[in-house]
Amino acid sequence: MGDTKIRKPEDLEKLRAEGLKLISPDRSKITVGMATCGIAQGAKEVFDAINEEVSTLEANIIVARTACIGYCQAEPIVEVYLPGKSRILYHRVTPKKARELVSLTARGEIKREWTLYSIESSVEGIPPMEEVPFYKKQVKIVTRNCGFIDPRSITEYVARGGYFVLAKALGMKPEGLIDEISRSGLRGRGGAGFLTGRKWAIARNAKGNQKYMICNGDEGDPGAYMDRGMMEGDPFAVLEGMTIAAYAIGANQGYWYTRDEYPLALEMITNAIDNAKEYGLLGKDILRSGFDFDVRIARGAGAFVCGEETALIASVEARPPNPSPRPPYPAISGLFSKPTVINNVETLANIPQIIQNGAEWFSSRGTQSTKGTKVFSLVGKIKNNGLVEVPMGISLREMVFDIGGGIPGGAKFKAVQSGGPSGGLIPEEFIDTPVDYEHLEALGAIMGSGGMIVTDESTCMVDLTKFFFDFLKYESCGKCAPCREGIRQAHEILERITKGEGKDIDIETLDQVAHMVKDFSLCALGGTAPNPLITTLKYFRNEYLAHIKEKRCPAGVCKNLITYKIDPEKCNGCHVCIRSCPQGAITGEKKKVHSIDQEGCIKCGGCLEACKFDAVIVE
Amino acid sequence: MVTLEIDGQEIEVEEGTTVLKGAQKLGIYIPTLCYEETIKPYGACRLCVVETIVNDRSMFQSSCSLSVAEGMIVKTNSKPVVKGRKILLELYLSRCPEVKRVRELCDQYGVTETRFTTFDKSEDCVLCGLCVRVCEELVGARAIDFVGRGTERKVDVPFERVWDECVACGACTYVCPTGHIQNEAHRVAQLKRQLGIQRKCRYMLMGAVSNKLCPNNYECWRCEYEQRTEYRLGEHAVLALKPAQRQGG
Repeated sequence: MGDTKIRKPEDLEKLRAEGLKLISPDRSKITVGMATCGIAQGAKEVFDAINEEVSTLEANIIVARTACIGYCQAEPIVEVYLPGKSRILYHRVTPKKARELVSLTARGEIKREWTLYSIESSVEGIPPMEEVPFYKKQVKIVTRNCGFIDPRSITEYVARGGYFVLAKALGMKPEGLIDEISRSGLRGRGGAGFLTGRKWAIARNAKGNQKYMICNGDEGDPGAYMDRGMMEGDPFAVLEGMTIAAYAIGANQGYWYTRDEYPLALEMITNAIDNAKEYGLLGKDILRSGFDFDVRIARGAGAFVCGEETALIASVEARPPNPSPRPPYPAISGLFSKPTVINNVETLANIPQIIQNGAEWFSSRGTQSTKGTKVFSLVGKIKNNGLVEVPMGISLREMVFDIGGGIPGGAKFKAVQSGGPSGGLIPEEFIDTPVDYEHLEALGAIMGSGGMIVTDESTCMVDLTKFFFDFLKYESCGKCAPCREGIRQAHEILERITKGEGKDIDIETLDQVAHMVKDFSLCALGGTAPNPLITTLKYFRNEYLAHIKEKRCPAGVCKNLITYKIDPEKCNGCHVCIRSCPQGAITGEKKKVHSIDQEGCIKCGGCLEACKFDAVIVE
Repeated sequence: MVTLEIDGQEIEVEEGTTVLKGAQKLGIYIPTLCYEETIKPYGACRLCVVETIVNDRSMFQSSCSLSVAEGMIVKTNSKPVVKGRKILLELYLSRCPEVKRVRELCDQYGVTETRFTTFDKSEDCVLCGLCVRVCEELVGARAIDFVGRGTERKVDVPFERVWDECVACGACTYVCPTGHIQNEAHRVAQLKRQLGIQRKCRYMLMGAVSNKLCPNNYECWRCEYEQRTEYRLGEHAVLALKPAQRQGG
């Protein structure tokens, strides 16, 4: 193969030309979205089917893979590129459909009924990507390459402008880079929202020859997968951002921390680091600048608390992940007691874009306090779930109803949980709130790393809070007493309330414990853990009261407080519910009104789902 | 030197002093459970949390680990601090209802009963981590550590088996505020069962005496070192050692 090392801009240009040919070759190309979301919905089978069909037909088609383009609801997504003609995305492709697509592509035809949208081309009857409601309000900056390139190919990354920024950055003074990032107003995307430029400056000015750069890819929120999407979709962008950051702060060793539960992301970042080393973009004397930088992967065992900076450092040092009190902040004394900058995956992916386009370009988007864009994972009771990148300041309404397409089945929107298990629930009355750090915090929620869980009227807020506390009870490291004991006791009380054994005093007790845990805890996990409790007590107090005073669950979720009944008006005696009941608790003759034996009923809800006539009611 | 205000009193202390020490200088009492002067602050019991105001920003921080800052205003007994401390003590009381030290602290704040559930009435470990840290920082043995996460957290030896790293120095039992740590007695017995030259001296292992043969031929009842530390210093051998005398410390 000869020397692949890249030393000067001309080498990059050469690589870019190669990459452009890979992205838009002179023959047809079928690309399958093979991120975790796609694979979970059968992308692997689709990929195999396409490969098989291509070799059977001996078709002149390239088969490639990419990652997640964000529209996870529509996976498996397959992109078909016809040279000089069109680039079209097909959604919900099955192996059968895939085989047909291969023969169609071989003939240069398009199947309009299966298409989702087209990219970079206009084909009659197929909307371009920008006009699809899901993408209309999105701005793709961080995720611009996700789903467009093969995440394993450094060549394709360079073709999309990658690593030219590193060349530019290495020509700048570190202070100049820090100044550019400071002026852009970029804030850490991991949750706390600390100004990235300031963090870098502190580490740059900290005393010490040895400094460390850590990429925090430990994402543990239930229902959030932005960082995974990034690492699986565009690992080189993160690596480039990390290299620039290391140069700015004066670090020669980096650690990429991620959890072992992300096997695909791990594979992608391992590959990215190996590739970058092979091309001389990591290692000694990068691009003849005299700057050395090496990155090692640190794998975590999946504790939620490892996302906290000091716990993460402990984990990299091979100690149990227990947070330690700050100050001293890691930027002064972090990994192995040396100045350390820890940046989130998404923060780092922003860096190359800011250096390339300038601080003003970046800060032109967003609100007064929060600039740029943010990737959210929009999940829950929503039509279009997936990864969305939106400019800061967009309203929750736009996110839920315009991008997310609203609630399926015409149910009523209830609340949105922003910031994962330690975020808060925002009720409908505040749905027009612009999304930025300050506004969300004022409502008692947090931006967090970007998890957004939408709930509808069938979600019981007490039960949901209990779920989060159950999670936090196990994920608290257990070091400090408020977090460990407070969460456990609050969970115990919530458990009691959902069982119908709540006492009048419980609301006051919960309120007191929640505020104490928030104020007294050692780290941010404890400091934000009570948020779901505090916000639900504030906005959905009536639900708590209904559980405690009336022993009633308004959403019909808490098993001890509901009964399933059959509406004699609507029941036509079809026997469907009888067959669906695992306990045999429903009796009745054919074509006569059935009845449920309350003693035998385990409240699984099977009959409710089975009945086509809405005759099963929950009380 | 740094000037700050604690409970309305101005004080000048050296840079790097903790708020807790500053308060102690002024004779202000702050309750602690996981603090021990000779080892590094840990900030886990959260009883020493105080309200601090720097640049008009109010925060709650543990005074044992917080260094003083110029112009800092500290309130050790403000209304929210006392309110939080009381709830925290209530939680401690529900965890360890029988522990004397917890009861004493509760008495100071007028906490007599708890609204919370007691899962195990005989629980006597408050998870302050003093034993673990003394073993790691002063003894250097790291024979015990925390096991488990969240509510499962407990202090234990690796794989629940007494192992050779434990030098049976007894420092963990000495610092334990509740009497939970007892187990090293097995190890002492194990060591004492061994005879003469095949046996190692506990104090040698913990770096308290220089590495040479025992002058008493391992007759522990004649151990001068033990008697001296016990009767004259009135403190545990390991804690009484000056940092320079410690091995690896």
